[in-house]
Amino acid sequence: MHSLITEGDAMTAAPATGAASVAWLLVALPLLGAAILLLGGRRTNKVGPALATGLSWASFGVGVVVLVQLLGQDAGARAHHLTLWSWVPAGSFDLDLGMLVDPLSVAFVMLITFVGSLIHVYSLGYMEHDPDKRRFFAYLNLFVAAMLVLVLADSYLLLFVGWEGVGLASYLLIGFWNWNPAYASAANKAFFVNRVGDLGLSIAIMTMFITFGGVDYATVNEGVAGANQSTLTAIGLLLLVGACGKSAQFPLQSWLGDAMAGPTPVSALIHAATMVTAGVYLVVRSHVIFDAAPDAALAVAIVGAITLVFGAVVGCAKDDIKKALAASTMSQIGYMMLAAGLGPVGYAFAIFHLLTHGFFKAGMFLGAGSVMHGMNDQVNMRRFGGLSGAMKITWATFGLGWLAILGVPPFSGFWSKDKIIEAAFVGEGWQPWVLGTAALVGAGVTAFYMSRLFFMTFHGEKRWTDDVHPHESPKIMTVPMMVLAGGSAFLGLLLAWPFAETAPIVSWLAPVVGEHGEEHPVLAVPVLMGLTLLFVAVGIFLAWRQYWNEDVPEVAPRGSVLTRAARVDLYQDAVNEGLFMRPGIHLTRSLVYVDGKGVDGAAGGLAALVGGFSSRLRRLQTGYARSYALTMLTGVVAVLGALWVIQ
Amino acid sequence: MPSVMPAEFKAVSIDYLAVLPMFLVVAGALVGVLVEAFAPRAKRHAIQVWLTTGVLVAALVVLAVWSRDHQSITLGGSVAVDGVSLFLQGTLLLLATIGVLVMAERFGGTGSDAFTPMGASTPGSHQEDAATRAGYATSEVFPLTLFAVLGMMVFVSANDLITLFVGLEVLSLPLYVMTGLARRRRLLSQEAALKYFLLGAFSSAFFLFGAALLFGYAGSSDLAAIATAIRTNSGDLEGLLLPGVVLVLVGLLFKVGAVPFHSWTPDAYQGAPTPVTGFMAACTKLAAFGAILRLTYVGVGANRWDWQIGVVVIAILTMVVGAVLSVTQTDVKRLLAYSSVAHAGFILVGVLAFSQSAIGGVMFYLLAYGATTIAAFAIVAMVRQDGSEASHLSQWAGLGRNHPVVAGVFAFLLLAFAGIPLTSGFTAKFAAFAPAVESGTSGVVMVVVGVLASAVTAFVYVRLIVLMYFTEPAEGVVALQPSVPSTIGITLGVAITVVAGVAPAVVLQLANNASQFLL
Repeated sequence: MHSLITEGDAMTAAPATGAASVAWLLVALPLLGAAILLLGGRRTNKVGPALATGLSWASFGVGVVVLVQLLGQDAGARAHHLTLWSWVPAGSFDLDLGMLVDPLSVAFVMLITFVGSLIHVYSLGYMEHDPDKRRFFAYLNLFVAAMLVLVLADSYLLLFVGWEGVGLASYLLIGFWNWNPAYASAANKAFFVNRVGDLGLSIAIMTMFITFGGVDYATVNEGVAGANQSTLTAIGLLLLVGACGKSAQFPLQSWLGDAMAGPTPVSALIHAATMVTAGVYLVVRSHVIFDAAPDAALAVAIVGAITLVFGAVVGCAKDDIKKALAASTMSQIGYMMLAAGLGPVGYAFAIFHLLTHGFFKAGMFLGAGSVMHGMNDQVNMRRFGGLSGAMKITWATFGLGWLAILGVPPFSGFWSKDKIIEAAFVGEGWQPWVLGTAALVGAGVTAFYMSRLFFMTFHGEKRWTDDVHPHESPKIMTVPMMVLAGGSAFLGLLLAWPFAETAPIVSWLAPVVGEHGEEHPVLAVPVLMGLTLLFVAVGIFLAWRQYWNEDVPEVAPRGSVLTRAARVDLYQDAVNEGLFMRPGIHLTRSLVYVDGKGVDGAAGGLAALVGGFSSRLRRLQTGYARSYALTMLTGVVAVLGALWVIQ
Repeated sequence: MPSVMPAEFKAVSIDYLAVLPMFLVVAGALVGVLVEAFAPRAKRHAIQVWLTTGVLVAALVVLAVWSRDHQSITLGGSVAVDGVSLFLQGTLLLLATIGVLVMAERFGGTGSDAFTPMGASTPGSHQEDAATRAGYATSEVFPLTLFAVLGMMVFVSANDLITLFVGLEVLSLPLYVMTGLARRRRLLSQEAALKYFLLGAFSSAFFLFGAALLFGYAGSSDLAAIATAIRTNSGDLEGLLLPGVVLVLVGLLFKVGAVPFHSWTPDAYQGAPTPVTGFMAACTKLAAFGAILRLTYVGVGANRWDWQIGVVVIAILTMVVGAVLSVTQTDVKRLLAYSSVAHAGFILVGVLAFSQSAIGGVMFYLLAYGATTIAAFAIVAMVRQDGSEASHLSQWAGLGRNHPVVAGVFAFLLLAFAGIPLTSGFTAKFAAFAPAVESGTSGVVMVVVGVLASAVTAFVYVRLIVLMYFTEPAEGVVALQPSVPSTIGITLGVAITVVAGVAPAVVLQLANNASQFLL
C-alpha cells in the first residue's frame, strides 16, 4: 500500500447528548411491536400489521432526528456513546452494554429503517390474504430490532446478540410457510451454514477477550497496537469466517439461494438489503484489526473476488427469478467484501455500494414479488416474457434497478461499483491485476445475467402458461417500489456528488474508517471507466441477442458444461456433501463410537462414582438422633485433635 | 479487715433508636400471644397475618430511616448496631416478611394450610379428628416466628458471648416448636422437631462450653476484650483459647448446617411445614452466618492461623458432601436441604477470605440465597397430589406440561441455585468467591472445590428441570392456585432473584458500604 494513506484520528465517543441519547428508541420501538404482536395473540390480528408498520416508521423518524443532529456537529464529534446496562459498575468484573451512534452506524440505521419500513408497507399488500400475517409482521419487526442492535452495538458481544437475533428472524421467516417441507429444510440449511460462521465469530470474540481483556470496540481498538501479529491475523480470519456465513460468501454461500423460499418481501429486506450485508459491516467495523493484519485483509479481498465471479456465473444459468437475484446479491456482496478487504482505500466504497445496493436490489426483489403476484406465484422466467406491457410500473421500477446494478451512468450503481473497480486496481505486484480483473470481468458478467433476467421477464415473446392473467399490483405495493426506484436512480449521484471536492459519503465515513490520500490505479482511471462500460455493453448485447431477439425455449436446453454446473450452484451442494457431509457423517459416527465408549464411559463412570459415593454416604444418614450426635462429637474431636497436632 | 465496697452502680446508656426495631419485634410478638388468647377464632388468622407483617415492615422502615443514623455499641456494650448488623437485620426483616406471607397461605381453608389445627393433640387421635372437624385453626406460628426473628436480630448484633447465647436460644426454641407444627405427616414432623431439639441442645452445650473456656482465657465475654487479650497475648491460660474458639464455632456451624454438624438438616427440612422450612433455611442461615462473621472478624480473628485450617476443611467437606448427597435424593425438600448444606459451604468460602469485600459478598449471598429459597419452598408447598404435598421427585414429572408458570418459576429458581449467569446465584457466588481467590492458596483451593461442587449440584437441578419439562406428567398432580399474600411473597422472592442477577450493582454497593464492624 502507498504511504499516502493517512489514518483518521481515532474518534473517541463522547457520552450521548440530544437525540442520540434516545437512540435506544430505535431498537425499542420495533421490539415493542414484535412483543405486542407475539404476546397479544389473535386480539392483535386486525391492528397488528398496521401497528408494526407504524412503529418501523417511527424508528425511522428517530433515525432521521439523530442523523440531523450528527450533521449539525463537527466531523470529529459525531460519535456518541450510550450506556444501556451495566452489570456491576464498580466491580472487578464489569460488563457494560451500550450503543455507539456514529456515522457508520447511522448510515446503517437509515438504510435499515427506511428500506425496512418501505418493505413493511409493501407487505401490507403482498401478505394481505395470508392468514398468519400478524406473525409475519411480528417477525419483521423483530428482525428490524435485531438488525439495529447489530449495527448500534458498542461491543462485539452485543453485536453478537444482534447477529444471532437477525439469524433467528431470518430462520423464522425463511420457514414462514413451513407447511412446505422444502421451505422448512431451506430454513434449516440456512440455520446450519450460519452456525459455522457464528462459531468463527464467537471464537474471534473469545480470542479478543483473552488478548485485549475486553470486547468493546474502544478496548479492542486500543489494544490492537500492542498485540502480536499472528493473533491479529487469527482474529481477522475468524471474523472473516463469521462474515462469510452471514453474508453468503465463498465457501459458505450455499444457503442464500435456498433462503428464497421465504416470502419475497423477506428476500428483499433480509436476504438482499440488510442482513446479508452484516458481514461487510463487521469487516468495516473491525477495520483497525484488519489494518494491522494485512494478511487477513488480503484474505477478505480474495474471498470477495472469488464470490463476485462465482455468484455472477451462477446467476447466468438460473431460470428462477428469485434465485437469479439471490446469485446476484451474493456477487454484489462479493464486490463489497473485495472493497472492504482493500483497506482504507475501499472501506467507504464498500459501505457506499452497500447502501446503493440496498436500494436497487430491494427494489428489484419487490419487482420480482410484484411479477409473481401477477403471475400466480410462478418464478420460472422461461414462462414470463413480454410483461412490460402488462405491468408498466413494475417494468419501469425494475428497469431503473437494472440500470443501476449494471453501472450505467448516471444511475446509482455506476458511482459505487466503478469506485470499487478502480480501488481494486490500486496496489503493487500481482494483486491489482488479479483482483481488478475479477472485478472488471464480474461487471461484464453482471451486465449479461441481469439483462438476461430483465429481457426474459419483461421483453421478447410472451411464454405465459394458459391460466395467468398478468396485472399490475395495487398501489400499496407499487409505491414502495417507486420510492426504491428513485433511490436506484439518484442515491448514488447524491452520495457521490461529483461536483464536491470529496464525495459526501467518503467525508461522512472518514471519522470512523479513516481517510486515504490520492491513489493511483495501475491503469489510468478513464481507461478503467471505458473498459468497464465496454464490458457492460458487451454483456447487454449478448443478453439482448440471445434473450430478446431470439426465442427463449420454454424448457431449458441442456446447455454447456459450464451452464449445467452453474445451474446447480457450481456443484456447491455436491462439494459440501462430498467434502463435509460425508466425512462429517463418518467422523460423527466414529466420534459417537468414541463418545459412547470413551467420553460417555468417563462421564458415566464419573456420574456412577459420584452416585455410588452418594449412596454410600447416604447410609450415614440413619435417621437416629444418637448417630447424628455421634457424628457431631466425632467431628469436634477430629477438628480439635487435628488442630492440636498441627499446633 | 478491708470491706469490699460494692461497685458504683452506673446506668447503662441505651441508644433506643438503634435498637428500636428489636423492641418493635418483641412487642409485636407479645401482642401476638395476646391475640392468640383473646381474639375470636374466626378473625385470628387475619389479625395475626396483618399484625406480623405490619410489625416486620414497621421494624424495617424504622431500621432504614432511623437506626441507620444511630450506629453504636449500646445496651452496655452487649449489642453492636453497625453497618453489618443493620444490613443483616434489614435483610432478616425482609426475608421474614416474605416468609410470613408464604406461611399465611390458606388455600381456601380456615387457617394456615401448612399448620396443624391443634399442635398439642396426638397424631391420629380422636382429639385431632375432633379439632379438624371443628375447623380449629391455631395461628401461634406467627408470634413464634416473631420471637425467632427477635432471636436472630440479637444473634447478628450480639457483641459478647452471653448475648450471643441468649440470641441463640431465643431463635432456636421457637424454631423447634414450629418444626413440629405440620398439618400433614405429623409424626414425621414431630420426630423432626424432637431431633432438631436434641441436637440443637447438644450443640448449645458445645457453644456454652466454648464460651466458658474463652471467658476463662480472656477474663471477659466481650468480643472486643477477647480480641485484645489475643492481640496482646495477655491471656492467663493460653491452652483454653483454641478449644474455646473451636467449640464456640461448632455451636454456630451447627446452625448453618456445616458438615459434620449437618445431619439434622435433611430430617428437619423434610419434616417441618414447608413454609417454615423456607423461613428456617433462609433466616437461620443468615443469622448464624452473621454471628460467625462477627465472632471471627471482631473476636477471634487475631489467632486465626491456629484454627482457620480446621474451618477450611469443614468448608470443603460441606460443599462436597452437600453436593454429592443431593445427587441421590428422591424428595424435593431433602434435595433442597442438601443444596442448602452445599450453599453453607459456598458462603463459608467467602467468610474465610477475611477481607472487607468478603463481608459484603457474604451478606449479598445471604440475601440472594434467602429470597430464592423462601420462594422455592413456597412453590414446593403448592404442588399437591390427593390433598397432600407431592414432594417425591416422581410426582414432579411433567409438571411443566400442566402448570407451565409454576414449573417455569421453579426452574428459574433452580437455575439461580445452580449459579447460572443473570440470576442472583451467579452474582452471589461471584461476590463470595472473588475475595477468596484474592486471599491466598487455601482460598483458591476452596474456590476450585466450590466450582466443582456447583457443577455437581447444577446437574441435580438441571435433571429436575428436565424431569418437569420432558417427561410424561404424573397422574393427579396439581399445583394449587396461591392466594394474594403468598403470591406477593413468591413474587418478591423471584424479583430479588432477578434483580440481584441482572442489575446487582445497587444491592452489592449497599452491602459493600455496610461491611464495617464497629469495634
